[in-house]
Amino acid sequence: MTGRTPPWRSAGVRATAYQLAVVAVLIGVAAWMTDTARHAMQERGIASGFDFLLDRAGFAIGHAFFAFSPDESYLRAFVVGVGNTLVVAAASLVAASLLGLAVGLARLSGNWLLARIAGLYVELFRNTPMLVQIVFWYTLCTLMPAPRQAWSLFDLAFASNRGLLLPWPERAGVFAVAGCLVVLGAGLVPPLYRWVDRLRRRGRRPRAVGGLALAALLAPAVLWWAAAGFPTAWSVPRLRGFNFAGGLALSPEFLALFLGLSCYIAAFVAEIVRAGILSVGRGQIEAAETIGLARGDLYRKVVFPQAMRVIVPPLAAQYISLVKNSSLGVAIGYPDLFSVTNTVLTLSGNTIEAIAIMALVYLTLALAIGFLADLANRAVRIRER
Amino acid sequence: MLNPACKRLLGALVPTLAFLAPVTAQPADAGPTLEAVKARGTLVCAVNGSRPGFSVVDSKGEWTGLEVDVCRAIAAAVLGDSSKTQFVKTTTQTRLTVLQTGEVDVTVSNVTWTYGRDADLGLDFVTPTFYDGQGFLVPRKLGVKSVKDLDGASICVRPGSTSERIIADVQAKYRIKITLVVIEDQKELNTAFFGGRCDSFVQTTSGLSAIRAAVAPNPDDYVILPEIFGKDPMGPVVRQGDPQWRDIVQWIVFALFEAEERGVTSANVDQMRESKEAETQRLLGVGTGATGKGLGLDPQWAYRAIKQVGNYAEIYDRSLGDGSKLKLGRGINAQWTNGGLLYAPPF
Amino acid sequence: MATGTAACRSFAIAGTGAIRPPPPARRGTLGWLRANLFATPLDGAVTLALAAAIAWLAPKALAWAVLDAVWWAPDGRACRDAAGACWAVITEKHRLILFGTYPYAEQWRGALVVLLFVAMLAASAGPWLAARAKLWGWAATALAILVLMLGGVPGLEPVGTHLWGGLPLTIVIFIGTVAGGMPLAVLLALARQSELPILRALAVGVIEVVRGLPLLAVLFVASLIFPLFVPVELQIDKLLRAEIGMIIFFGAYAAEIVRGGLQAVAAGQREAAAALGLGYWPRTRLVVLPQALATVVPPLLGDVIRAFKNTTYVAILGLFDVLGATKVALDDPAWSRHAAEAYLFIFLLYLVFCLAFSRWGMAVERRLARRRRG
Repeated sequence: MTGRTPPWRSAGVRATAYQLAVVAVLIGVAAWMTDTARHAMQERGIASGFDFLLDRAGFAIGHAFFAFSPDESYLRAFVVGVGNTLVVAAASLVAASLLGLAVGLARLSGNWLLARIAGLYVELFRNTPMLVQIVFWYTLCTLMPAPRQAWSLFDLAFASNRGLLLPWPERAGVFAVAGCLVVLGAGLVPPLYRWVDRLRRRGRRPRAVGGLALAALLAPAVLWWAAAGFPTAWSVPRLRGFNFAGGLALSPEFLALFLGLSCYIAAFVAEIVRAGILSVGRGQIEAAETIGLARGDLYRKVVFPQAMRVIVPPLAAQYISLVKNSSLGVAIGYPDLFSVTNTVLTLSGNTIEAIAIMALVYLTLALAIGFLADLANRAVRIRER
Repeated sequence: MLNPACKRLLGALVPTLAFLAPVTAQPADAGPTLEAVKARGTLVCAVNGSRPGFSVVDSKGEWTGLEVDVCRAIAAAVLGDSSKTQFVKTTTQTRLTVLQTGEVDVTVSNVTWTYGRDADLGLDFVTPTFYDGQGFLVPRKLGVKSVKDLDGASICVRPGSTSERIIADVQAKYRIKITLVVIEDQKELNTAFFGGRCDSFVQTTSGLSAIRAAVAPNPDDYVILPEIFGKDPMGPVVRQGDPQWRDIVQWIVFALFEAEERGVTSANVDQMRESKEAETQRLLGVGTGATGKGLGLDPQWAYRAIKQVGNYAEIYDRSLGDGSKLKLGRGINAQWTNGGLLYAPPF
Repeated sequence: MATGTAACRSFAIAGTGAIRPPPPARRGTLGWLRANLFATPLDGAVTLALAAAIAWLAPKALAWAVLDAVWWAPDGRACRDAAGACWAVITEKHRLILFGTYPYAEQWRGALVVLLFVAMLAASAGPWLAARAKLWGWAATALAILVLMLGGVPGLEPVGTHLWGGLPLTIVIFIGTVAGGMPLAVLLALARQSELPILRALAVGVIEVVRGLPLLAVLFVASLIFPLFVPVELQIDKLLRAEIGMIIFFGAYAAEIVRGGLQAVAAGQREAAAALGLGYWPRTRLVVLPQALATVVPPLLGDVIRAFKNTTYVAILGLFDVLGATKVALDDPAWSRHAAEAYLFIFLLYLVFCLAFSRWGMAVERRLARRRRG
C-alpha cells in the first residue's frame, strides 16, 4: 500500500466528500425547518394544501382591469392579480423605453440646454429610491382637483383625484386583438426581406419592397378589423352627477405606480442608450458623415445596429427589474400579484402555498423576459461572414 | 412538541445557528406563549400604526393610542413593566399573518371580530375593546342631541355605502324625514359638510372623529351623536391552541373594564387596595381569595396593569376621548351600567 | 452578402447639397450661444421652447417653495390657508422623520451615527487613504455605530432594535447589507466558478432564483414566513431578519458582477499559482480575488447605491426607516394633507446621499482608469 496516495488525500475523493457534507447539512436544515413548520402549523391550526384555491375569496379587488367579485375563487383572484401586474408592467415598459430613448438622445444632443435638462432628469430620478418616487406620485395624484373641477383636455380626457379618464374604443377587444395581429404581422416582415434578398441575388429588382413590408405588417390586423365590421365608435368620458362615466378610467394607484416605474427605469434606459451610442466608434460616425449620410440615416444604418449590441443585455436586466418592482404597488394599494397574494394569505391562512404561487409567477416572468432578451441578443449579434 | 430525532438534530445545529440567535436566547423547553414572553422579557404586539386614537407614533417618536395601551396593560400584568413592549406595525394584509407565523404574541390592531376570521384562521378573538359603528357628525350650534332630532335634515353620504342603508333604517325607525346629499368623493364630502352644504354626515365614528380633528375649522364646533349603527366589534386576537394565553389577555381586558366600573384608577389604586369589597380585593390581588394561579400569574397582575396604564376610562379618555384631539364620546363604548356594551364578568 | 446587396442604395447626398457651409464662429459668448443653443433652426426652436417653459415655471416654483411657504405652524392651522408649501410639517416632525421611534432623549446617539457615517464616507472618498486603512476604518465605524445604537455599555442606555428608526436605521441596514452581502457574493461567485458540480449547481440555483424574485418577496419571506420555520426559542429579531433578506438579495446580484471579475483573471495566473504549490484557498485569496475585485469596483458601486435606495423597502415591512417614519408622521390627521412637502424633503435627503455615492464612484473609476493607463 505504501507509495499510493491514501484515499483521504486524493483531491477527487475530498471534493466528493465536501460536496456530500454540504448537501447533507442543507438537507438536514431543510428537513428540520420543514418539521418545525409542520408542527407549528398543526399546533396553531394553520391551513395547508392547495384546496383553498377553489374556495370563495370573499374580498373585492379595488382597481381591476378585469372584473372580479368576492364570490369568485382565490384562484381567480390570483389570475386578476397577475393580470394587473402584467398591465402595469407592460404599459410602464413601453413608456420607460420611449422616454429613456428620448432622454438618452437628448443628453447627447448638441443643444446645451436640452442636454442639461436631460442630465438633470437622469440624476434626479436615478439617485432617489423608486418607492419614494411612487409614494410621491401617489400623493400628487390625490392632490388633484375633485371630479367636478377636473382638468380637461378638449372635454375628451379628464384628470382628477379619481384618476385619469381617457377616450377609449367601445369595442376595445377588437383593437386589442388587432394589436396582437400587428405583432404577428411584424413576424412576417423578416421572411419577406429574406425572400427579397434571394430575388436580388438572382439578379431581379423587386420594387416597392417598403410598401410590401408595411402591407405584411398591417394586413392581418386590418383584415380582422374589417371582419369585425369596422367598429369606429369611441366611448368618451362624461361627467354624470358626481363622477365620470364612459371612457377608460385609470385609477390614481395605477397612475402612480405607472409613473414611478416608467420615470425611474427611463433614467437607467437613458444611460444605457447613451452608453450604447457612445460605444460606436467616433471614426464610424465621421466616416458616415464624410459620405454625406443624412442624420436620420446615420442613426438608422450606422449607429443603432452597433449600439444595440451594447444596449440589449443591460436593457433586459432593467426590464426584469421593472416587472419585479411592480410589486411596490402594494405600498399604495394597487392590487398587483404581490398585493393580492398578501390579501389571499391573510384571509385563507394558506401562507406558504400563496407565497409559493407568487414566487413561481415572478420567476416565470423573469425567465420569459430573459429568454426574449436572449433571442434579441442573438438577432443583433455581429454576424461573421 | 418535537420528536426525539429532531431534538437530537436540533442539539447538533444549535451551536452552528447560535450566531443567528438573538442575545436573549430562551430555554429550549419554552412552550406556550406565556413562557416565551417571560423568557424574552418583552411582549410583542401587532398594531395598525396609522390609526389616530388607536395606534400612532407622535412627533417625539412615542407610541400612543387605545391599542397601544391595551398592549402596555398586558405587559404590565405579565412582565411587571408596561414599557417592556415591542410594537410591530402591520397592515390589514399582514396583521393576522404575523400572529399565525409566531412573530407577535398578540394582535391588538383592532381587527373586526367576524365569524369567518374566528372559525377559519386558527385564531381566537378575545373580548372587544372598542365597538365601532357608523355615527352622525353635526354642528354643535344646531343643538341636536340625538338622531331623533334630525327630522328634516339633509345629510351627506357616499353613494352605495353602508351609510346610505343606515339612514334608510333610521328614517323608518324614528319616523323622521331626511334628505340625502350623495357625494362620492371623501374630500368633497368634507368640504360640503364643513361648508354647510348639509347638516350632518355619516361614517364610522372613529373615522368621523379623525376628520373632525383634521379638517374642521374649529373641532369644538362639531359633535358626534351618541347613537351608533352597524356592528364593528374590535379587540385583541391571539393564536389558537394556547388557552392559558387567551385567558390572560381576556381577563386583563376585563380587569380594565372592572376597574372603571368599581372606580379604581391609576391614581387611587393604592388606596383602593384597602377596600372592604371582596371583588375589588380580588381584582387588586389583596386578601386570601386573590390568586393569579389559574392564569399562571401572581395575584397582583391586575393591580400592576391598572397602576401603570390606568383603567379603561383613563385609556379611552387620553386616546379617543376628551383628553385627545379626537374628542370621541363614549357612546356604546360606555359601561353596561351607563347603557354601553362594556361588561366584565364578576371577579 | 445579403446585407451587401441591400445597401446598394446610396445614402450619400449628391450634388450641390453635399457642399457644407463653413463652420460658424466658435469663440466668444455669441459664438458659444450659436454653437450650443442655436446651431440649426430646430435647435433654436427647442431652446426657445425650453427657455419659455423655464421662465413660466421658475417663478411659480419659487413662490410656492419659498415666498408663500409657511415655515412654522405649531398645530398645522397656519398652513391651512397658505398658498405655498407647508414646510412646517418638517419643522414639527423632523425628529420623527430623522430618528423614528428611537427614545427622544437618546436621539443624539442617532445624530452621532449619521455624522460618523458621513465623515467616514468623506474620508474614503479621496485618494489619501490606503485600501487597507479604508477597510479597517469602515470596520471600526460599523462597530462604533452598532455600539452607539444598541447601547448597553457604561454611559449608554440599552435601546432595543425594535425602537431603531429614521436615518440611523437606514444607515445601519445599508452598512449591514454591503458588509454581509459582499462576502456572500464572493462565496457564491467562487462556488459558481468552482469545479465541484453540486456546489456549482447550488450556487446557480440560489443566484438565479433570488434574482428572479422581487426584493419585496424576499423580504416578505424573511420577515413574515421565516418565523414559522424556526422554533419559538430560536426566533431572530425582526430587523435582523429583514437584514438577512437584504443581504441575500444583494449577494445574488453582486455575485454575478464578481463572477465577471473572476472570469477576467487570466487562467495563467491561477495555473502559475497552482504550479507554485498554492492550495485552492491561498491561491484564491492571494492571487485571484485581488485582481478580480479590482476590476469590478465601478459596477459594484452601482449595486451599492442601489442597496442604499433599497433600504426603503423595509418601510413596507413596518420598520421605521426614513420613509417608514415619514409615512407614520403623516398619519397625524393635522399634518396628513402636507404629505407632498414631507416626501419632497426625504426625496432630497436620499438624493444628496446617492449623488455623493455616484460622484464617489465616478472618481474611483477615473482613478482606476488612470492607474491602468499609467
